[in-house]
Amino acid sequence: MTNSWTDIRNTDLVIIMGGNAAEAHPCGFKWVTEAKATRGAKLIVVDPRFTRSASVSDFYAPIRQGTDIAFLLGVINYCMLNNKVQWEYLKAFTNAAYLVNEGFTYQDGLFTGYDPNKRDYDRSTWEYQIGLDGFAMVDETLQNPRCVWNLLKAHVAAYTPEMVERICGTPKDKFLKVAEMISECSTPTKTMTSMYALGWTQHSKGSQNIRTMAMLQLILGNIGVRGGGMNALRGHSNIQGLTDVGLMSNLLPGYLNIPVEKEKDFGTYMASRAFKPLRPNQTSYWQNYKKFFVSFQKAMWGDAANAENEFAYHYLPKLDVPQYDVLRVFEMMHDGAINGYFCQGFNALLAFPNRKKVTESLSKLKWLVVMDPLDTETSRFWENHGQYNDVDTASIQTEVIQLPTTCFAEEDGSLTNSGRWLQWHWAGGTPPGEARHDNWIMGQLYRRLRALYEKEGGAYPDPILKLTWNYQNPDEPTPEELAKEINGYAVETLHDPADPTKVVLEKGKQVVNFSVLRDDGSTACGCWIYSGCFNEAGNNMARRDNADPGDTGAYPGWTFAWPLNRRILYNRASADLQGKPWDPSRKLLEWDGEKWTGYDVPDIAPTAKPDVVGPFIMNQEGTARLFVRGLMRDGPFPVHYEPFEAPIENVMAPKIRGNPVARVFKDDLAQFATSEEFPYAATSYRLTEHFHYWTKHNWVNSVLQPEFFVELSEQLAAEKGIADGSWVRVWSKRGSVKAKAMVTKRIKPLVCNGKTVHVIGIPLHWGFMGRALKGWGPNSLTPFVGDANIETPEYKAFLVNIEPTTAPVTS
Amino acid sequence: MAPIHTAQTNPPVQSVPPQFSEKDLIRRSASTVPPPAQQLEEVAKLIDVSKCIGCKACQAACIEWNDTHPVIETNVGSYVNPHDLTPDMFTLMRFTEWDNPKTGNLEWLIRKDGCMHCADPGCLKACPAPGAIVQYSNGIVDFVHENCIGCGYCVKGCPFNIPRISKVDHTAYKCTLCSDRVAVGQGPACAKACPTHAISFGTKDDMNKLAESRITDLKSRGYDNAGLYDPPGVGGTHVMYVLHHADQPEIYSNLPRDPKISPVVQAWKGLAKYVGFAAIGIAAAAGLLHSTLVGPNRVTREDEDNAERLVRDET
Amino acid sequence: MEPEDVEPGDAIHPGRPVVVDRYRGAARINHWVTATCLILLAISGLSLFHPSLFFLTALFGGGQVTRAIHPWIGVVLFFSFAGLFFRFWRANLPTRTDAVWLSQASDLLAGHEERMPEVGKYNAGQKFIFWSMTVLILILIASGLLIWEQYFTWVTTIPQNRVLVLTHSLAAVVIICVWIIHVYAAFWVRGTLRAMVKGNVTGGWAWRHHRRWLRELVSVRKVSP
Repeated sequence: MTNSWTDIRNTDLVIIMGGNAAEAHPCGFKWVTEAKATRGAKLIVVDPRFTRSASVSDFYAPIRQGTDIAFLLGVINYCMLNNKVQWEYLKAFTNAAYLVNEGFTYQDGLFTGYDPNKRDYDRSTWEYQIGLDGFAMVDETLQNPRCVWNLLKAHVAAYTPEMVERICGTPKDKFLKVAEMISECSTPTKTMTSMYALGWTQHSKGSQNIRTMAMLQLILGNIGVRGGGMNALRGHSNIQGLTDVGLMSNLLPGYLNIPVEKEKDFGTYMASRAFKPLRPNQTSYWQNYKKFFVSFQKAMWGDAANAENEFAYHYLPKLDVPQYDVLRVFEMMHDGAINGYFCQGFNALLAFPNRKKVTESLSKLKWLVVMDPLDTETSRFWENHGQYNDVDTASIQTEVIQLPTTCFAEEDGSLTNSGRWLQWHWAGGTPPGEARHDNWIMGQLYRRLRALYEKEGGAYPDPILKLTWNYQNPDEPTPEELAKEINGYAVETLHDPADPTKVVLEKGKQVVNFSVLRDDGSTACGCWIYSGCFNEAGNNMARRDNADPGDTGAYPGWTFAWPLNRRILYNRASADLQGKPWDPSRKLLEWDGEKWTGYDVPDIAPTAKPDVVGPFIMNQEGTARLFVRGLMRDGPFPVHYEPFEAPIENVMAPKIRGNPVARVFKDDLAQFATSEEFPYAATSYRLTEHFHYWTKHNWVNSVLQPEFFVELSEQLAAEKGIADGSWVRVWSKRGSVKAKAMVTKRIKPLVCNGKTVHVIGIPLHWGFMGRALKGWGPNSLTPFVGDANIETPEYKAFLVNIEPTTAPVTS
Repeated sequence: MAPIHTAQTNPPVQSVPPQFSEKDLIRRSASTVPPPAQQLEEVAKLIDVSKCIGCKACQAACIEWNDTHPVIETNVGSYVNPHDLTPDMFTLMRFTEWDNPKTGNLEWLIRKDGCMHCADPGCLKACPAPGAIVQYSNGIVDFVHENCIGCGYCVKGCPFNIPRISKVDHTAYKCTLCSDRVAVGQGPACAKACPTHAISFGTKDDMNKLAESRITDLKSRGYDNAGLYDPPGVGGTHVMYVLHHADQPEIYSNLPRDPKISPVVQAWKGLAKYVGFAAIGIAAAAGLLHSTLVGPNRVTREDEDNAERLVRDET
Repeated sequence: MEPEDVEPGDAIHPGRPVVVDRYRGAARINHWVTATCLILLAISGLSLFHPSLFFLTALFGGGQVTRAIHPWIGVVLFFSFAGLFFRFWRANLPTRTDAVWLSQASDLLAGHEERMPEVGKYNAGQKFIFWSMTVLILILIASGLLIWEQYFTWVTTIPQNRVLVLTHSLAAVVIICVWIIHVYAAFWVRGTLRAMVKGNVTGGWAWRHHRRWLRELVSVRKVSP
């Protein structure tokens, strides 16, 4: 989230698209009802299904899954044609005026530089024209045909309301109503907030879905303001924390990168991370990259990371592929290249696509360790449960070790919510049975591995042997100790560079925040963006002051928001070029002539002049990017691509299947179906009664939603002779499930490109373990392909068939 | 009386003495109570159907607070689970997919069903067991299980089809309006758990005001018939609904348009009692009177002789 | 002569006085089981019918037990009465004499039984009791089963249930009234109770109240030495 849950109450218009906040985020959704009740805000829901969110909306428009980009580019087109643009914001705070390289073009669904064999682009032309001063060239009048604005205008021109209806199945009048409601938020005093979740991420072009809305929000001037923003609703109480602290194969904590193979030394690594400003006077905050990186290395290896050894740069692994995402890892498992799997906090058998392939992969392992509070399907993947898990147990040789862990309510620690708030929590119960905290298990693993390395040596024992491990009880680091390490501390006494006699921070003290981190090894910090969470003032994550000065919804004394307790990112953009709030009634920051003042921590240097320094300080431009240069693999502008399994062809570029740069493994390509074989467009989703695959283990949740079902329209049910509440079989090219049929008016057939498209909805909470009735998940059906940029699997759009059937055989 | 805490305010953390008790009863089934010394402020739960997302957090909270154990059922093609109110499920989200004929739009109407805490409770009227059903002066209608005999008359008395009789302990169960929580200054568990503030709790006056503001908002959004459901036929209720279509309550899973205690129940618990007693009394009195006036009908010596003669003559 | 009037076991024992067997042991047991059930049902039913009588539940061990056993007693009564019914129904079929008897019932009540026509084993009043009981018990068992919370309330809707419970109450009131008449008649007509206790009556009693029955017994020579 750029903003926070509590800020949603400040909005005028909520658009829920690519998510179902009422269903999946009911607690946060309260701020939508609050905005509606107190501000008269309106709610728009755009979704293939009439969802729980839609049930309390002011306007609902149907859309075919996987066509959001076409819809949103249509809205951008509408805004451009109808002069519904926040011009002052657009010109000052985005790269609309920047001139793009002459070599850059777009044709037939592809940008310059496509190589079909590599399924990748040569992105070198996707750049600005750079002037002699080394800065990007701009035309502030937006007249130059090569400026971003004019290229974008040409790019979106094809997405007319008629084209939107043809692709998305959204009736033209409904689309126009939505476009009109959205476009009204182009005035400085009206804002729209975008609430989205996995409905946008779980596509082969998930990143671009989100980007398209971000572009629209920039055009409307809705980023950085109260009641605006791009608000990703994180599905797990701490999934924001997972990415923040870098639990990704290609990331270090704080969105630093794991080096790649070609970055052979620290110098090379840093060379591509210079991030010099592309416009005069801009901040380009990533220029501090080295401070954060070195401080991280110091937190990891202490004295063993020093200037002489490039701060232990070589202790880090070097990636030979872009990333080891789950799809790649299971592909490798399937190939026999990986034969041990440590599964912590995942239920792979139900969470990863193409369950058959997942089962085969797990069956090829030598060993599988499952750390989980629950007896998961993954830990029982080898157990035959009749049709529900029809495996030949005797043929599976994988040794499975279950390590029962505690659940969140049995441990202290912090959870980072969607609004980037690090909220400390305290154990509410004692762990049952043999369950142990994850910290203890990880501590034990480390200690025992280290002992082995100590005893036996090994190829390269240093990163293990020299790891900093200064915990009071080395067997079990406490959450507080880890939090303090994450916050960072002074390795040496820090002196003021301007006045070396002045001590800034004594050795060993906690740093106040990342602004004091240094690149000379004198500071350590486990995750720079979290710095400030546990400083000398104490555990700021445990703060519970619910005062809200100015009634802004910021609640600055409540826990700690990264970065620097900032509640709204890019908040400098809430004020105009003179530093006056766009909407005086929703002031966030204001320039008082010398510095920024207001209700939030300024997302800019406090003395940075409003007419000089741009608000998007993380970008080299100082502005936001409508044209994203080469930073995304699938294009500097979003393009409508069909899902890999789509009920109609790509009407804009019939030759292109799926996202042309999404990675597809060889064997998986053969398992993509066409609409001739599998005519129905399926999508998967969560239900409010359950949380993932956990709560089916809980009696109460199982009472509230006991049994696996699929949803289909009355029309399709009539066509197929399916009665409400009867058993149906749903199958794709990869697998088959049986479910109860929920025949509903909430799903209606769509007409796309002249063809009737039936949508089938498949919720995902059932498996063969736990209290609820046994069932399946949609991952038995979904394709093994992910987003072109970050490899999030395409769970939201795939093809299936359906027929009436009989109850499953249980054993 | 200490202030009533709504679900939106934080409840007191220090222990609070119960704010109402037996002394505050205004009705007690099959018995009478002395008029209470004080009149408690009337409370009400306001369910804003237009804010409800049907998440069932209220059901979960109800199960947990009351420590019930509903059965895990099956899916029968509906979001309603359990399929009906049960002795272990005092509140239930009922879902209706309704095509609005005026707008042509689908509306998914979700209503939280449960005891309405009528001012004139049909259950209490029907109950034969003294003290099994009580009504406090704040409007809460509560079941007292040690007095309940499990006859099911409350089920017949209720105009909303709410009480359910347990097959385990053979007593009647329904929403208590969390009388145990309200007594110590906390709102009902469902209101506390409701994420969208679709359930509010407070004084009936405050809830009426809140409803007013909600209805104004709904009217501004084109729901011309938005209104409050506080049916006068049962003297008003202490659970009220804000409905977008208050002119058609029955579209919300058959919410009764004009609920009142059934005339059959009125007859049964009213006239039938008096007529019945009168009839029995008259029958008994008639016998007594007859016996006094006419005296016994005795067999005479002559009768015996006649009989003997008949028998002798024939044989 | 209608031989139906004479039931198995009816017999005359000459002597002074003449003794006439009216009810066999099985019939008497059957009757008293039914009677006991009816009384228990009346008490338990009334205790749930009106709050002022709720204290009567104490006789059964409390409200819960009363609620639980009342329907079971009803079931016992139903089968027990069925026994009586099949024993007595033929003798209770209406005859032409019944109409005459009924038209002169006021004479009987006024103490002038001598003006009444001769009747068989049962007079019209007794037949009225018999058939009333039959009909009311059918109504009570049917409505009672359907409002039996523990097992059968699901069969009917709540509005139907309400009608049923009202019907059950009213039928119960009526049956209690019928029962009062029955009991009063048994006491008023002295020498009657003995028929259900010892099983026989005196010849005089039969002569006075059921002369035709006595004549029938004599004529079919159901006389034991």
